[in-house]
Amino acid sequence: MKTLDGKPRPGYFGEFGGRYVAEVLLPPLVELEKAIEQIMPTPEFQDRYADLLTNYCGRETPVFYCDILSEQLGFDLYLKREDLLHTGAHKINNAIGQALLAKMMGKKNIIAETGAGQHGVATATAAAKFGLGCTIFMGAKDVERQAPNVQRMKLLGATVVPVTYGTGTLKAAINQALRFWITCQEDTLYVFGTAAGPHPFPTLVRDLQKVIGTEARRQMVERTGSLPDIVVAAVGGGSNAIGMLYPFIEDKEVKLVGVEAGGTGEPGCMTSASLNLGRPGVVHGELTMLLQDENGQIDDSGSISAGLDYPGVGPEHAYLHSIGRVNYEVAYDDQAIDAFQRLTRFEGIIPALESSHALAWVFNHVDEIPAGSKVLVNLSGRGDKDLNHAMKYINLK
Amino acid sequence: MKNAIKKANSQGRKAVIPYITAGFPNTKRFWYELKEIDEAGADIIEIGVPFSDPVSDGPVIEKASADAIAHGVSLKWILEGLKERKGLYDAKLVLMGYLNPFMQYGYNQLAEDASDAGISGFIIPDQILEESVEIREAFATKGLTLITLVGPNTSLERMKEYAPYSEGFIYVASVLGTTGHNDQDIAALSKTMVEAREAFADTPLSIGFGLQRPEQLNSLPSYAHPDAAVLGTSLLLHIESGKPVIDFLSPWTHPAN
Repeated sequence: MKTLDGKPRPGYFGEFGGRYVAEVLLPPLVELEKAIEQIMPTPEFQDRYADLLTNYCGRETPVFYCDILSEQLGFDLYLKREDLLHTGAHKINNAIGQALLAKMMGKKNIIAETGAGQHGVATATAAAKFGLGCTIFMGAKDVERQAPNVQRMKLLGATVVPVTYGTGTLKAAINQALRFWITCQEDTLYVFGTAAGPHPFPTLVRDLQKVIGTEARRQMVERTGSLPDIVVAAVGGGSNAIGMLYPFIEDKEVKLVGVEAGGTGEPGCMTSASLNLGRPGVVHGELTMLLQDENGQIDDSGSISAGLDYPGVGPEHAYLHSIGRVNYEVAYDDQAIDAFQRLTRFEGIIPALESSHALAWVFNHVDEIPAGSKVLVNLSGRGDKDLNHAMKYINLK
Repeated sequence: MKNAIKKANSQGRKAVIPYITAGFPNTKRFWYELKEIDEAGADIIEIGVPFSDPVSDGPVIEKASADAIAHGVSLKWILEGLKERKGLYDAKLVLMGYLNPFMQYGYNQLAEDASDAGISGFIIPDQILEESVEIREAFATKGLTLITLVGPNTSLERMKEYAPYSEGFIYVASVLGTTGHNDQDIAALSKTMVEAREAFADTPLSIGFGLQRPEQLNSLPSYAHPDAAVLGTSLLLHIESGKPVIDFLSPWTHPAN
C-alpha cells in the first residue's frame, strides 16, 4: 500500500478498510485505539468482561443439533445458539465489551446506531448496567418495523432519536450518530454495532465477536470429533458473520459461507448484497464494497430484515471476498421467510429474520451439500422482534 | 489561491470564500447565483459536490445536497458546466465534496477534467492526511491543491504534520460540529488559530462553520483573526429566501471603512 512519506495507514484488510473520516473525528478514534491497547489487555478488563459474558450475557451458548431438519435435509445441521443470549442476539457480546471499555476510559455517555434495534437494545442494556447515558440513532422506518425494540430501549433509559433522512434505515442512522459524535467526543464513546466503519471499529468489533466462532469450533470438535464441513452466517454489516467465521479462516478444509440479503429478488429491486452487487468505495469511514450508482452516490438498501438492510459491509468481509476465502451468496426475502417458518415449525426455534437468511441458504442448497456433511449455522438472534413484520408478510402471501 | 487571499487582505478586508452546493437552489438558477457570487466580489468560491451521505454537514447543506442529487446533479455535470463557462469567473474555484464521488470518477480523470474546467483545488472533508496519498499524486500532475482542514481538537503537533502538505489556504472548522453550527467557543477557537498560525506559517487561515456577518469575528482577539471567511449555510438560506446574493456578501466584500 502506498503511503505518504511512510506515514502509517492502519486498519487495512488487503485494499479495504482504513480511516476515511474528518480530521475532527480522528482524535476520538486514536483515543479509542489507545484504550484498546492499554485497557483491554489488563486483568481488570479481561476478568470483568469474562464475568459479564458468562454470568450476565449467558455464555457460552450451546451448539444445537437439529435432528428433525437434519433428517429432512440428509446432512447434519447444527445451530450456534446466539439467540439464547441476554437481549436476544449476538450484539451484546460487542456492546457490553465496548461499554465496559467506555466506563474504564472514564466516558459518561455512549451512543450507537441501530438497524433491527438489537444493537440499540444491547447498547442501552450495557448503558443501564454501567450507569452511562445512552442515545440511540435509528432510522424512522426501522423505528416503525421494530417497535418492540424501541420500547425496550426507552425502558432501559436510552433516548431514541428517529432519523427521517433518506429511506430512514441504518445508513442514515450511522450518518447521524457520526455527526453527533463529532460534537460530544470528549465524554462520549460511539459503540459501533457492526464490524465496519473507520479503524479501529472493524477490528475491535471482530475481536469482541470472535468468541462465537471460537466457542463453536471447540464445541463442534468436542461433540462430533472433527470440524464442521460448512459454516454459514448472514452478512449485513457483518459482525455476527466475522465473529463466527474468523476463527475458522485458517481451517482450509472448512467451507465458509456468508449470506447477503437479496431483497425481493425482482429485477432492479433494492438489496443489501454489497459484496455480490457492489463495487469498492468509501462511506462511513471505510473503503469497502458498496451499493452505489455510477456517480458514487450510495444507494438505499432494501431487505425484509432490518438488521441486514445496509448498502455496505465490513472491510474484512470485502477482503475475504476478494481473496475468495469466504463464499458470499444471496438469499431473498421470501426464502428467508420460508426458513423462518421452517425452523419454527420443525425445531421450535423462532429465528431472527437476519439468521433466517443464513438458514435459507442452507435450505436452498440441499442438492449441493453432500449427504452426511456437518453444516454449522450461526443463529445470531431470536425472532421475537420480527413477529409483526414477518406475520404481515406471511399473511399477504 | 494564496495570492487571492493576500490581495483581499491588502485591501484591508478578510478574503471571502462563499460556498454553494452545485445545483442549488435548482439546476438553472445555480449558474446565475454562481455568477452573482462572483460579481459580488468573492475571492474564492467553494462549489459543493453533492453526496448521499454528507456526515460533516448540517441539515441545510444535507438537504441542498439531496435535492441536487434528485435533480440529476453529478460531478460530471458540474465539471462540464464549468468547462463551458471557463474564464467567466474572477474568483478562484474549488470543489468541496466527499471522497467517494471523486474516487468513482477516477483520480487521474478528475485531475484532468478539473484542470480543464478551471478548478484550482479541492476540499475533501472525509479524508485525513494519511489516506490522501493516491489523490495527491493525481492532483500534483495538474497543479491542483488539496486544502487542509483542521478543527478545535487538532493538536499543534498534528497541524505540523499537515504543514508540509498544505498550500492555498487552511480551512479551520471553528466548532466541533457540522456545517451551520454556530456555538462559538471563543477561547478554544483563539487557541486553534494561534496554533494554526504557528504550524502553517504564512499559508492563509480561513474560518468556516456558522459565519453570517463580519461582526461575528469581532469577538475574536486580533491575533486570532483569520485571513479569510467561509460562508456556507447562511448564504444558502439567504439564497433560498429569494434575496439577492449581493445583500449577503457586500458587508464582507465591501466592509464600511
